[in-house]
Amino acid sequence: MASITLDHLAHAYRPDPQGPQDYALKEINHVWRQGGAYALLGPSGCGKTTLLNIISGLVTPTQGRILFDGRDVTNLPTEARNIAQVFQFPVVYDTMTVRENLAFPLKNRHLPRETIAKRVEEIAARLDMSAALDRKASNLTADAKQKISLGRGLVRADVAAILFDEPLTVIDPHLKWQLRSTLKELHRALDLTMIYVTHDQTEALTFADTVVVMHDGAVVQTGSPEELFERPAHTFVGHFIGSPGMNVLPARVEGTTAHIGDVAVPLARAYPALPAGAKIELGVRPEFATLARAGTGLPVSVKRIDDIGRARIARIEIAGHPAAAMVPEGLSLDGDRAGLNLETRQIHIYAGGVLVPGEGGVG
Amino acid sequence: MTLELQNVRREVHGAVHIDDVSLKLERGSLNVLLGATLAGKTTLMRLMAGLDAPTSGRVIANGQDVTGLSVKKRSVAMVYQQFINYPALTVYENIASPLRVQGLPKAEIESRVTSAARLLKLEPYLQRTPLALSGGQQQRTAIARALVKRADLVLLDEPLANLDYKLREELREELPRIFASTGAVFVYATTEPTEALLLGGSTATLMQGAVTQFGPTAEVYRRPADLATARVFSDPPLNTLRVTKAGGTVRLANGATVAAIGAFAGVPDGSYTVGVRAHHLAVEDRTYGEPRDGGLIRLAASIAVTEVTGSESFLHMDVVGEAGGRERLTALVPGVRRLEPEAAVEVVIDPRHILLFDASGRSTGTALDAAA
Amino acid sequence: MDKPVNNRAWWLVAPVFAIVAFSAIIPIMTVVNYSVQDTFGNNQFFWNGLGWFQELLDPSTELGGRFFAALWRNLLFSAIILAIEVPLGILVALSMPREGWRVAATLVTMALPLLIPWNVVGTIWQVFARADIGLLGYGLNALGINYNYTGDVFSAWVTIVVMDVWHWTSLVALLCYAGLKSIPDAYYQAARIDGASRWAVFTTIQLPKMKRVLLIAVLLRFMDSFMIYTEPFVLTGGGPGNATTFLSIDLVKLALGQFDLGKAAAMSLVYNLIVLALCWVFYTVMTHAGSERPDQGSAA
Repeated sequence: MASITLDHLAHAYRPDPQGPQDYALKEINHVWRQGGAYALLGPSGCGKTTLLNIISGLVTPTQGRILFDGRDVTNLPTEARNIAQVFQFPVVYDTMTVRENLAFPLKNRHLPRETIAKRVEEIAARLDMSAALDRKASNLTADAKQKISLGRGLVRADVAAILFDEPLTVIDPHLKWQLRSTLKELHRALDLTMIYVTHDQTEALTFADTVVVMHDGAVVQTGSPEELFERPAHTFVGHFIGSPGMNVLPARVEGTTAHIGDVAVPLARAYPALPAGAKIELGVRPEFATLARAGTGLPVSVKRIDDIGRARIARIEIAGHPAAAMVPEGLSLDGDRAGLNLETRQIHIYAGGVLVPGEGGVG
Repeated sequence: MTLELQNVRREVHGAVHIDDVSLKLERGSLNVLLGATLAGKTTLMRLMAGLDAPTSGRVIANGQDVTGLSVKKRSVAMVYQQFINYPALTVYENIASPLRVQGLPKAEIESRVTSAARLLKLEPYLQRTPLALSGGQQQRTAIARALVKRADLVLLDEPLANLDYKLREELREELPRIFASTGAVFVYATTEPTEALLLGGSTATLMQGAVTQFGPTAEVYRRPADLATARVFSDPPLNTLRVTKAGGTVRLANGATVAAIGAFAGVPDGSYTVGVRAHHLAVEDRTYGEPRDGGLIRLAASIAVTEVTGSESFLHMDVVGEAGGRERLTALVPGVRRLEPEAAVEVVIDPRHILLFDASGRSTGTALDAAA
Repeated sequence: MDKPVNNRAWWLVAPVFAIVAFSAIIPIMTVVNYSVQDTFGNNQFFWNGLGWFQELLDPSTELGGRFFAALWRNLLFSAIILAIEVPLGILVALSMPREGWRVAATLVTMALPLLIPWNVVGTIWQVFARADIGLLGYGLNALGINYNYTGDVFSAWVTIVVMDVWHWTSLVALLCYAGLKSIPDAYYQAARIDGASRWAVFTTIQLPKMKRVLLIAVLLRFMDSFMIYTEPFVLTGGGPGNATTFLSIDLVKLALGQFDLGKAAAMSLVYNLIVLALCWVFYTVMTHAGSERPDQGSAA
């Protein structure tokens, strides 16, 4: 059990980094508390895997320290760090049974045989795998193998943190749900620090209490799923989280009104301190934008309507800029003209991609 | 062209991989094969391509029997889950490679490659090699190479599975438009129900080597012909309950009864399976003890896990099932609802928004409204 | 995966049938013909039935005695070189570099002995090991070790074994190296996290993942060593005495030296059958080892 402190951590794969562009991971300072569920979310090449490898000890950072419960482990090898890891592709020891697989980390640490047997039974029961204990691990399905990899971490009483590197990549959708629930239940029951790396926003948001969104080697926002959804600190977060992502439209702000082309959008707050010369954008999530009959709300043109089963999403244009909005039940449109209603309090203004807190108003 | 499979069956060493599949794919159509891993999607595609021959049954292309005809003699292009390109060739040469094999004149190659590159937004990268590109661009290159051949049949085997979530979203949005611009038959295999819905076209649901249903995608989603189809085409997984109808009432597994309204109204007495998609389950934060009738099914449940995405919440709950056992239900509810594990809640099911299947798993004809 | 059925394909195989008929079937039938006859030269043949075979398989006869002696020599030789080359090959493969320019350099160096023609290998070692002018032979004797492969049985065997190990260990090593390269990094990382010792990593990850290539290596080396001819023939000519007379060498002595065509034909047929039987055993073991497939049932 441990809290994890990232202290001025940065990493460059080049031996002589000249500027920020050479860093795969730009300086990061964070404290992850004991027992928390964290997700590192970002596209390929955003630095999340580098960070994970630094935590697991596969990579030694160029600068900064990493502390487990205040103890500096920066230069300790993986095996001395009390961490467990579940990889993208299931790793099981092919020649062994499930039981032997689960016992392996304990056997390597020379624990008494009875302790090992007891611990293995316990963890197998938690993973719902008791019935499969004596089967060859190599003959199991991908999701069962992932559970074994996880189980090899869980059997150890000394594990400080469990790291997950896109663990659901090779799992079928309907089994993903089960495995995700299992993870959540285990996290609650065992009070372990868990760190989950993924590019899939749904996995990150549903798994974690705190999501760390990364982009270009830097952390762009850290927050709860609600915070990331309702107040994205950066247009990248708005775009990356949510499906479809946030609508980001170039705008001009005057008082409590934003102008998108010739369309005027009322705002809940004023933005007197907008930096001059920065690109000003208005951000609003499709979930807070509802299509209506033409003549009500803002004038938009409808390009296409996607039916995703439980909802309909309209692809629209506001003053020539593409956006997405929800189509309420029972709305019928004639032609491609429609109106758009925005939830005023959920409109955000960004300068140079960064959220600008407004003044006055509500919230 | 049109492609027709007639009672196609494939066995390997006595194991049935494809079980009596009949499908008719129209010219210019997009057809999704939806099913879990090992359901037979890839095997079916190999049969369509002519990479394998069926054990029995016939494959008809454009009215001609092509069963057993080698893939080389057919007009087929394929895109795989892995990004398969020639690493030493530029993107331009990669896209041009099937045309060079055909020996087309230079000008023709040039114009075809350029238009395919434009369609797939690859124009800025034509002179780079694939390994210098992102995964999304590599797969775009592979798709462009498949399209440039102007093959009659284009098979895509989970082409987006290895891409990042956002890239997947982007490409998925473009694909129907790209497909529409050619006259080929497209077949697209995926494990994800949401992907099938977004692509549209027609969907064939596969389970254990058999096609359980084939029809327009939205139609298969809303009116699954049987329980197997409904299960394959639900994400999160379909919630199911066993009930018995007798007279004007419906008896639930926990012994409670409700009035037979909605989907229960017109069906004969007997035992049924109720299928409810996650977004049709309502969850109330407290229990009311005695069920109040009115036809709504109310079940006492205990929260197992809550997952919050920021805009929505998935509630995983346990209810009392048959013979006193526990059954897991999953609800997708709007907004943020953090309910503690073990919290007692009540699940409400409206029989007007359910799928109902008889004892043999056949649909009783229930359908879900569009976007309801 | 089986392919679409196309009967025209048989025509394409026809030339191979013709070649096989001329190169294998007809010669073998000739040998079968010889094996049931006796000859006293002058192209005169007498029917002998299964006589040669009975004699061959009876160790108390002269023919049977030399046959079994040669067969045991063969088996002993194969056992020794397998016991040395397989572990040594694995050890070499494990210590080969995994990336960088040294990979190419190592691979080329390792491949060198494999590129040398067999009789040249024999000649190299014949000279190398000579007690009067060979570096090895002279050196050993200078150190006070009594070494003479032409006169001493033990010296002869050691020389042949060392020569074979020098010649063929790199094949085993290269095959094992290919097997090792295919193991994803995640396995090593997982093992480190699980606290596995170097030995445990070897037995639980590397050895199981190398199993298939190892089987191929063992099969190749066994068959090859069981049919060894050129190198010992060049090096020792089967001596001293009959100490290194393997079956193949004995066959040549019998057929071309003594012109006992009937005996030699019977011996070569039995030799052939043994090789085929052993091939079949290996093939069965290998296909069995490769047939482990994941079942579809989930344990969850």
